[in-house]
Amino acid sequence: MPDKKPISSVNDFVVRFANVNGSGSASANELFARAILRHGVPVSPRNIFPSNIQGLPTWYEVRVTEAGHLGARGGVDMMVAMNPQTWDKDVAGIEPGGYLFYDSTKPMPSTKFRDDITVIGVPLTAITNSTYTDPRQRQLFKNIIYLGALCALLDMDPKVIEQLIGEQYKGKEKLLSSNVHALHLGRDWALQNLKCPIGLRIKRADKVGDRIFIEGNSAAALGAVYGGATVCAWYPITPSSSVAEAFTSHCKKYRHDPETGKAKYAIVQGEDELASIGIVIGASWNGARAFTATSGPGISLMTEFIGLSYFAEIPAVIMNIQRAGPSTGMPTRTQQCDIIACAYASHGDTKHVLLFPEDPAEAFEFAAASFDLAERLQTTIFLMLDLDIGMNHRLCRPLKWDDAKQYDRGKVMTAEMLEEGRDFGRYLDVDGDGIPYRTYPGTHPTKGSYFTRGTSRDRYARYSEEGPVYADNMQRLVRKFETAQDLVPRPLQANAERPTKYGVIYFGSTSPAMDEAIGLLEARGHQLDRLRIRAFPFHSSVASFLAEHDFVYVVEQNRDSQLRQLIVNENGIDPVRLVPIVHYDGTPITARFIAKAIGDHQDHLKVTPLRKAVS
Amino acid sequence: MTYIAKPKFHHPGLKKNELGYTHRDYEGKISTLCAGCGHDSITASIIEACYELSIEPHRVAKISGIGCSSKTPDYFLGNSHGFNSVHGRMPSVLTGANLANRDLIYLGVSGDGDSASIGFGQFAHSIRRGVNMTYIVENNGVYGLTKGQFSATADRGSKSKKGVTNTDNAIDLVAIALQLGATFVARSFSGDKTQLVPLIAAAIRHKGASFIDVISPCIAFNNHAGSTKSFDYVREHNDAVNRLDVLVGRDPIAVDYAPGMVQVVEQHDGSKVALRKIDADYDPHDRLGAMTFLQKHAAKGQIVTGLLYVDPEAEDLHEHLNTVETPLNTLEADALCPGSAVLDKINASLR
Ligand SMILES: Cc1ncc(C[n+]2csc(CCOP(=O)(O)OP(=O)(O)O)c2C)c(N)n1
Ligand code: SF4
Repeated sequence: MPDKKPISSVNDFVVRFANVNGSGSASANELFARAILRHGVPVSPRNIFPSNIQGLPTWYEVRVTEAGHLGARGGVDMMVAMNPQTWDKDVAGIEPGGYLFYDSTKPMPSTKFRDDITVIGVPLTAITNSTYTDPRQRQLFKNIIYLGALCALLDMDPKVIEQLIGEQYKGKEKLLSSNVHALHLGRDWALQNLKCPIGLRIKRADKVGDRIFIEGNSAAALGAVYGGATVCAWYPITPSSSVAEAFTSHCKKYRHDPETGKAKYAIVQGEDELASIGIVIGASWNGARAFTATSGPGISLMTEFIGLSYFAEIPAVIMNIQRAGPSTGMPTRTQQCDIIACAYASHGDTKHVLLFPEDPAEAFEFAAASFDLAERLQTTIFLMLDLDIGMNHRLCRPLKWDDAKQYDRGKVMTAEMLEEGRDFGRYLDVDGDGIPYRTYPGTHPTKGSYFTRGTSRDRYARYSEEGPVYADNMQRLVRKFETAQDLVPRPLQANAERPTKYGVIYFGSTSPAMDEAIGLLEARGHQLDRLRIRAFPFHSSVASFLAEHDFVYVVEQNRDSQLRQLIVNENGIDPVRLVPIVHYDGTPITARFIAKAIGDHQDHLKVTPLRKAVS
Repeated sequence: MTYIAKPKFHHPGLKKNELGYTHRDYEGKISTLCAGCGHDSITASIIEACYELSIEPHRVAKISGIGCSSKTPDYFLGNSHGFNSVHGRMPSVLTGANLANRDLIYLGVSGDGDSASIGFGQFAHSIRRGVNMTYIVENNGVYGLTKGQFSATADRGSKSKKGVTNTDNAIDLVAIALQLGATFVARSFSGDKTQLVPLIAAAIRHKGASFIDVISPCIAFNNHAGSTKSFDYVREHNDAVNRLDVLVGRDPIAVDYAPGMVQVVEQHDGSKVALRKIDADYDPHDRLGAMTFLQKHAAKGQIVTGLLYVDPEAEDLHEHLNTVETPLNTLEADALCPGSAVLDKINASLR
């Protein structure tokens, strides 16, 4: 018996699988997460992988959370330790009273274990080797065998996993039956030889509802399909490649003309990011909806073109799936670290629209909306995701689409409008909102053509280096950016139960951890109003929120508190009132981290909880 | 610097083409390049070629990078949209534009600095993708707009205006284009309108990536003794391989019947290019032969001009991507959006 009472918990624990990259464990681990979901219990899985293809350690963590907390929790209740390389670290990371599951084929010295955990050995290699001769089969089925053993240990319904396997190998009967066989091999061994179930258990619940389980990148790509993107140009870079790959597969399914079989889209893998954004700009200039997906290093390369898009006023959509930088920093780890780089990308005076979706459902929605925004505003729109949303499956509300929706193609002057004698000046502010009209190439034989350039020009697109002409144009661009404030998704505010002088601002993938942290902070006696920022330029409600609170914490996943810098810069606020709460080690921020950082700060302020002050 | 407006005066007696357009309809703003710049002669040839082909000017999209050469699209086809993008990256912008609307004619204008240095990659990739375009490099061996530095096409041993000798090897864009699979490759000289106009016309008619390298002397920085791109040097070393004319539709333009063999090249769209061979044994369908021919003459210090290679059956990027015939920029939600019923199914598959 371990020193510490084994953890006992139903539907609320963290299992972490330690594997070796390339061992084929990913699909078995994902199957585990899905199986729990099918029991009606929410999960929040995370892939923690190295920047290499084969051999280095990789982890897959499944947070089982009946309460529905979708942020990372931190800590491990059960470690499935399949990687000798990381054994010591893995064992050390288990919570006291937790469980260690390992392959007991080879005996291990007792020093390799801990006294305060429950050790569960299953001779996986022995079972596998006695059943399979082919080395690849041995490797792959070993994963399914441990899944079977876990099924028994956690009291999961094997039928659920069988059904999932059935869906996965539909039409491939041989694979289906051999996987099911391996599953039972593991389950039966555990039932016969171990005390099943253990303290951690899965019990059927009804907490998933109609929510879906999808990766942010795939949802964003689907948003591009629904949003009417017809041109995609991209260059491979983790963690954004799967956006273009998903866009390709969604398009193959939904975008071929049924009669001719021809594609209603064009996807080009550019030779680099310079070409990718160039293709996007060329296509958008010519009236198609176009986008690229990239990550930090790609953004750096694109910045000259981004300046052109800003100044020449050409729509462009860039999905930036952020990873830890600078440079190749930690290419497979998450951060929200390109805020400043994107907000002010390029040389000269530039400002760009940024959208911050919190989950795949919003990634879908914002991705679709970004094409409307890009065309409406005739500028670059950044969809700011990060690896944590982009490459992990998240539980989120179902994707929704209104069939009555038409695309907002922005201010485009047509041949008819030109025929009517409408005055066309490419950079004329006709409506006072800073947004001029454009014409597509080829519109009219004699009217409406103009020359697009990155060099200064007057309101009629005539090249001019006159100072006042340049300044006039730059001022209009400021007006346009002000117009954008009311077009982009507004921040969402949630107030504490009691009036409070303290607020917290957060955004994007931090959301689930923040939502959970609020509960932890309340338990510590701290009340905070919340504002989730969903876009830059900041809506006026951001300034109001700042004005209404003495201190506002800004929670983000980068070293320099970049969103805070942007808020200070754009709102002219005293920086002292904005307290940075930063987390930037490449792992997703947790509720525990946020609650501790804010809680400690509040305690340090010697805050008397309002509750006490009032009573 | 602002525009110099061009008077909108049309002489009633001006000759009209099939569409009723005169030369003036193919002109643009008044050039701000140095008087005598080779680029202006290329502009004149482009105007001439478009006039002769009876192209609707507004159906052309003219895209360029940055440099003196890249300014020229402003000086022709005033009724068409132009795009002076960023240095060296005309090819990607053109590729995107072409993907958005396959129905326009795409004219890419670039310089040797633009295409052979900063834009070398984009030049190569647009050609290997087979973008349906006419890609013209106005090649003067120097950076004109930044005042005379060597470009990557400057020959080794040539001297800059300041007397510096170029020690780097030159990039021959034509040789590279051939190697990359361009389906129309030509070289000409800005002063040789008789050769250049039909070459441009043929390139425009060609479906696929057409590349024309036009030697275009820079009056300001590359017209001195020791330069291998000066008027005098080129005139002396120009070894024309053929002459050609374009025959469009039923009314072929009269061909200048000089002695020698005539070879008719049929383009993909049915239009025919008749080649008048100077070298009796030259075959413009032979990519390998073209490469060897180039190399042989380059070794002799000669510049080969003419249509070097053409594949009349070429496919373009849209064919490679199997895109619909309708221009992508005209498709709206009804054609593009799979709708809520499909989304419901997708949702169901994700549970
Ligand atoms: C990114 C970038 N780097 C450098 C420049 C400066 N620049 C402008 S034009 C030019 C060279 C143009 O040479 P070429 O393409 O040969 O054209 P030419 O002027 O000779 O016709 C350079 C280097 C620039 N505009 N952008
Ligand atoms: S500097 Fe040279 S290339 Fe530029 S306009 Fe003058 S002559 Fe032409």
